[in-house]
Amino acid sequence: MLEYLWLIPVLTFLGAALNGLFGSRLPKPVVTAIGVGAPLGALLVALGCLWHFWQGGGEAVGQTYWAWTAGSLSIDAAFLLDRLSAVMLFVVTFVGFLIHVYSAGYMSHESGYWRYFSYLNLFMTAMLLLILGDNYLIMFVGWEGVGLCSYLLIGFYYDQVFPPYAGKKAFIVNRIGDFAFLVGMFALIAKFGTLKYSTIFEQVVKDSSLVTGPYVLGLTFASFVALCFFVGAMGKSAQIPLFVWLPDAMAGPTPVSALIHAATMVTAGVYMIVRTNAIYQAAPGVSMFVAVIGAATAIFAATIGLAQNDIKKVLAYSTVSQLGYMFLAAGLGAYSAAIFHLGTHAFFKALLFLGSGSVIHAMGGEQDMRQMGGLKKALPQTYWTYVIGALAIAGIFPFSGFFSKDEILHAAAGNGQWILYIVGLATAGLTAFYMFRSVFLTFHGKFRGTHEQEHHLHESPPVMTIPLWILAVGAAVAGLAGLPGEGNWLHHTFEKLTERPAGLPEAAEHHVSVLVLALVALAVAGTSIWLALRVYGRDRGLAGDQAFAGRWPTVHRLLENKYYVDEIYDRLIVRPLAALSTFFWKGIDATLIDGTVNTAGATAKVAGEVGRFSTTGNVRNYALYFFLGVIALFVWLIL
Amino acid sequence: MTVPISWYLILAAVLFAIGTVGALTRRNGISIFLSIEVMLNAANLTLIAYARQFESHAGQVVVFFVMAVAAAEAAVGLALFIAVFRQRHTIDLNRINLLRW
Repeated sequence: MLEYLWLIPVLTFLGAALNGLFGSRLPKPVVTAIGVGAPLGALLVALGCLWHFWQGGGEAVGQTYWAWTAGSLSIDAAFLLDRLSAVMLFVVTFVGFLIHVYSAGYMSHESGYWRYFSYLNLFMTAMLLLILGDNYLIMFVGWEGVGLCSYLLIGFYYDQVFPPYAGKKAFIVNRIGDFAFLVGMFALIAKFGTLKYSTIFEQVVKDSSLVTGPYVLGLTFASFVALCFFVGAMGKSAQIPLFVWLPDAMAGPTPVSALIHAATMVTAGVYMIVRTNAIYQAAPGVSMFVAVIGAATAIFAATIGLAQNDIKKVLAYSTVSQLGYMFLAAGLGAYSAAIFHLGTHAFFKALLFLGSGSVIHAMGGEQDMRQMGGLKKALPQTYWTYVIGALAIAGIFPFSGFFSKDEILHAAAGNGQWILYIVGLATAGLTAFYMFRSVFLTFHGKFRGTHEQEHHLHESPPVMTIPLWILAVGAAVAGLAGLPGEGNWLHHTFEKLTERPAGLPEAAEHHVSVLVLALVALAVAGTSIWLALRVYGRDRGLAGDQAFAGRWPTVHRLLENKYYVDEIYDRLIVRPLAALSTFFWKGIDATLIDGTVNTAGATAKVAGEVGRFSTTGNVRNYALYFFLGVIALFVWLIL
Repeated sequence: MTVPISWYLILAAVLFAIGTVGALTRRNGISIFLSIEVMLNAANLTLIAYARQFESHAGQVVVFFVMAVAAAEAAVGLALFIAVFRQRHTIDLNRINLLRW
């Protein structure tokens, strides 16, 4: 079975190609069959592979398809199924398939139905390449591929003004990170002559002094590479300061937000760092930096989430915040916790996004929570699944988020990083608060939309609610994979993958009671939900927001406008760049370069204008020129 | 008494000058033609003179070529002038100046 590993991305690619090339001429059921069938096939093959993989004791399986050699550099087109990519493979194919099914219902009225499925399948292909590649180059191909698909899908509604702009923004911001990723890869090639994970990490784990020597800019080699990769991850995984594209990416269709901008693509940065853990462990300074940026992003985005009115924007900032959590874990060296949270987050955030999609579908495209309220009655299934997702993200026992978040907070406390712990705890509280704000504003109280919308309200068809329920089950029970204590499955799974390189000092271990931390986290989350209930519950609806805005108008304005980050970037970066570009366009290109070319042309033209009068048409003049020419030649020859 | 070569050359130069002045100053096409013939024959004379001086036949051979070219030129040129004259009733070159800016 494992020899069919290559089939997984090939299947989704075939789906993308068939729909992309012929989709516009195919009847809709056929498009659906191809678009949903391809990920289903990929899921089945993946499940078969995973079954055999665990049967074989979870030993890494590498498969080389062909070797690509350029001079002394040899990079294989090869796949690697180890425990890390196995977990990712399951998450991506499983959640991906469910979202494809959901999309068949959600997008059924769209005109670009075939185009949508073609892009979405292509995205799956790129994501699978990203996680299955056995070297950084294949990861990079997938990395760029998911970026491209993200751009295409954000700008799916290309006939509107904002989506193409948002897509462009996502692409450009990602490019900044990609550049750093490339530089990091170059450094690895220069040092190791290869990009293959196993070759590099085996050497590093055997002798960490290989990478702890000074390199450039006063950094060690490990720090330099780790920093470059982290900047790459910042772009892809929306961390400070490159997070601005993710909230705007909500302009795409909602299932896209669920699949790409919540469950899979944005977690690629976390995957990359966990994959590169040997180097990060050898770079404690950069790891700390990762943790600090992660924690800062987590709380920063969480506070913005408090005051957003667009249901998808709330979820978008929540995604940024949860990604910060994952980076916090990865930076602290709790790699299994980072992947754990990645997996549980994929379930509950995909669930929440699809739930919001179901709401938007029922509201006829309305995304503003101020126009909603009381949807519980009309959309009971959406409501209950959404609440399960909210409980999971809030970290309420026994839903999955409780375990994964707890693992991260435990890692912070265990490392003695109490400030990071407090920040994480505060973020957990804020998360619970704004998630339940969105629950209460959307589903409770009285309906605040138009009469027409109220008439139109309907529960989504089974093709949408069944994926919701499956994800809800996942969001509820995914925590079982990482039950705390000695039997922590994930921890054991990743033990070998995250082996500490030899020659590094042992990390200090502070013993803190898991139970106490869990109770504290639970208490904070519970209090926050209770507060949300007090402020937004029952029929209060928007009164809570008004009270907030009335009491702290400055804070509220600041949060509602997302700390004016977009405006600051606009002033500090976009406009100076635009001014510089305008200078190069008008000053250099249009004036200097075009001017030179035009002057040359104009000179020739004027010379022609003047010179043409020598052509008198009188043969005798020509004879005279001829004669003068002969004399001139004569003089020149004699002298 | 042998005639020194300089005499031939001087005669040729004088003929060439006459031809050049004629070609540049006359307006009648036929006259210009005749002037050109004078220039060609001046060149021929030079060639012959040198051929004799250096006792080489190459110069004489070239003269035959020049004479052949001159004959061909006269044939084509006169035919052209006749054609032009039929159209415009003149062969005054100052008035045949259509090919200009």
